[in-house]
Amino acid sequence: MKKLLGYCDEISVRPGQDINFKVSSEDAGEFQLDIVHVRCGDDTPSGQGLKETVVKAGVNGSYPARYQWTQVGSFVAVENTAPFALESFTLQCFIWPTLLEKEEQALMGAFNAADKAGYMLGIENGQAVLKVGDGKSVETLASGAAMDERRWYFVAASFDAETGKAYLVQEPLLRYAGDRGKATVESTMKVRPGSGGRFLIAACNDRREGEVIATAHANGRIDAPTVARRALSRATMERLKPRSVPRDVATDVVAMWDFSKEMDGVVAHDISVNRHHGAIVNMPTRATKGWNHDNSEMVWTHKPEHYGAIHFHDDDVYDCGWQTDASWTVPDDLKSGTYCARLTQGDQWFYIPFYVRPHTGKPKARLALLIATASYYAYVNNHMPIGWGSLGEHAGNTFSHLDQVDLHLQMHPEHGLSMYDMHSDGSGVAYASRLRPFLHMGPRDSLWQYNADTHITDWLEEKGIAFDVFTDDDMHEEGVSLLEHYDCVMTTTHPEYYTTEMMHALLHYQDRGGRFIYMGGNGFYWRVAFNPKMPGAMEMRRAEDGMRSWIADGGEYYMSFTGELGGLWRRNGIAPEAICGTGFAAQGFNYGRPYERTAASEDPRAAWIFEGIGRDEKIGDFGTVFGAAAGSEIDSVDFEIGTPPHTLVIAQAMDFGVDFHWVKEEHQHAHSAVNGENNPYVVCDMVFYETPNGGAVFSTSSIAFAGSLAHNNYDNNVSRLLENVVTRFCDPEPIPAP
Amino acid sequence: MYKIDPAKTELAREFKDKPFGPHSAELQKVLNVMRWEPVEGKYVLVNTVPHKEWCLAQLPGKRGIPVKLHEDVKFTDLGEAEWYIFKMRWKKHTGQDLALD
Repeated sequence: MKKLLGYCDEISVRPGQDINFKVSSEDAGEFQLDIVHVRCGDDTPSGQGLKETVVKAGVNGSYPARYQWTQVGSFVAVENTAPFALESFTLQCFIWPTLLEKEEQALMGAFNAADKAGYMLGIENGQAVLKVGDGKSVETLASGAAMDERRWYFVAASFDAETGKAYLVQEPLLRYAGDRGKATVESTMKVRPGSGGRFLIAACNDRREGEVIATAHANGRIDAPTVARRALSRATMERLKPRSVPRDVATDVVAMWDFSKEMDGVVAHDISVNRHHGAIVNMPTRATKGWNHDNSEMVWTHKPEHYGAIHFHDDDVYDCGWQTDASWTVPDDLKSGTYCARLTQGDQWFYIPFYVRPHTGKPKARLALLIATASYYAYVNNHMPIGWGSLGEHAGNTFSHLDQVDLHLQMHPEHGLSMYDMHSDGSGVAYASRLRPFLHMGPRDSLWQYNADTHITDWLEEKGIAFDVFTDDDMHEEGVSLLEHYDCVMTTTHPEYYTTEMMHALLHYQDRGGRFIYMGGNGFYWRVAFNPKMPGAMEMRRAEDGMRSWIADGGEYYMSFTGELGGLWRRNGIAPEAICGTGFAAQGFNYGRPYERTAASEDPRAAWIFEGIGRDEKIGDFGTVFGAAAGSEIDSVDFEIGTPPHTLVIAQAMDFGVDFHWVKEEHQHAHSAVNGENNPYVVCDMVFYETPNGGAVFSTSSIAFAGSLAHNNYDNNVSRLLENVVTRFCDPEPIPAP
Repeated sequence: MYKIDPAKTELAREFKDKPFGPHSAELQKVLNVMRWEPVEGKYVLVNTVPHKEWCLAQLPGKRGIPVKLHEDVKFTDLGEAEWYIFKMRWKKHTGQDLALD
């Protein structure tokens, strides 16, 4: 188990910039922190070994170890308690429950479970309940009718402190035969509500070591939560349903929150005259269909009033919120590159990755290495080996393999989920965050993303090729003005997740004569969005098609951060083929294949790429990632959707066999000819083409490619080929148009 | 739905020889059946010593429940570990122990 963990507040820092490290340890004593430059993180038996160098830094040293707690689960909190310290009240909202097996879930109220005080509307044992506590005991009124998951209900409760009369209604909006799930109940309670503290939606208050925390998180959607300061009649409850407050009821209404407002924000807007706005904590899913969605509009920006629900989850996490243990100012003379804060304590170790970039417009090299941090965020803390079940084995072509990190994540919800996971209620994870420890994403981990990308930094260092490092975050912020100072930009092995701003930056870099090396497979695939109001957060919707771990609900394909259509770039007007000549073709995770040169490789436009490589040599029939250079996830050309017409397919890997699966977005109908044994599209195309103003693009189209670079002490045809390309692409002499 | 034929031990032999493939189409049918098993109780492997040791384990049905490790069944070769899982699932689906010469 991982007992020592940490994260930092910035992923990419310039010389002179501060970076803060936040650490949590389950062991007492002290931990050691050292800044290390990471050249290679591959410590597998066939790899080049861990190559890290400690940087002389004032922040290096030992620090007191402490455990830092994380609030898990999303909710809305209103900090101003006085208006909600009610004796009589009405609570009402619409709910779409998604995990009724969870015994206790709070929907709304000012209630503290530890203090047994306050009032709340909730779900217990699959029924709506009203709970009132006076600080000594809690009385509960339950509907007595079992609800169904993923069915809308109107739930409301009122309490009259003068008479003690409690009233509860649970009314399904979608009617089935009979009165299934419908109930109206009353009782007379002896208790009167005590002080429950903060008014919360989708959770209630609790205590942990004296501090007030949120607990009993609801799973599912809540729409139009409303609070009144007296017991309203059933008829008045009805009048408050449409998310507006009639003037004659305004003095009774304490708050009515409209979740369709400011979809990209963290404020729950109270549309009553009182304006008791709440804070939306831990990134619940926004832009989800509300109780009144009638299928008239599937784009939330066109009719936001139909998207007034928030989908809360008890395992949502945005920012762990840990205190800073160590701060460092990046020295002015530190070279751009891949760095980590390495934490050690006893037999425990942990890496906090970050990147040092140069100032914009002050390049230190001709080559820029573009780190696919957006794709890192999508995969961080994934629970796939356990959570994917049969899908993982079918896609991976092996029986399930777990490691110590998987065992840790299984038991530690405080690190959050990845975009490859489902929430505890089975709904897909649409948001990711870097403000939490990165597990499955660092040196000494599996050869996927971060650690596989160190094969590239290792090779560049070995070859003595100078390079500056930038992240996706940098490119998203600064666009082409960041890239245009470099003769050549090179990606890492799997740049899968791209914002609109990032796609445009690469396209315009190429238009201006930049040279672009695509070092990966399955790149530029999913459209994602960042959000200035939520630094470090990223959104994605697994919309209409694609190799998906979950499927977004119909009408929820548009991102809450930007209103943009989510899903595949292939379905969003810029296919990957328009960026790098090739797009995702197939995947298989148990072996790879070498490339073979094509006739086009002899074309004088591209023959220089193969200088020193024989015409019939198999290129990359070796490697540490599945044993060959073409493998894992592979791409191919498609001239109909974006591959430039003058593109040369200079090498191709084929004969992948039954274990390599064709991507589903390319076939119209289901059939059995969808693997490398029986499908001619399951190939990996290495391509070259010229771009305007003396530029060019070279694409390996394979995630596994970089794993072959170090073979035979870096003396091999994959290494030679890439060196030929990098050397020419970093030469400012224009590459002639064909 | 394809049923694993316990008489077709040549497919088991193929897996034993090449646990990571490439696999023949017929062996893929066997593996597809084995992979459809429900998650809860499924036999899997846990890498207990990085790159050196794998332990037999069983998956729980949901998060928050520990993975059950069978500490008495460990391997130092991943291919042998895969083969062990294959034999366990073979028996589950055919009712017969898998015995190769």
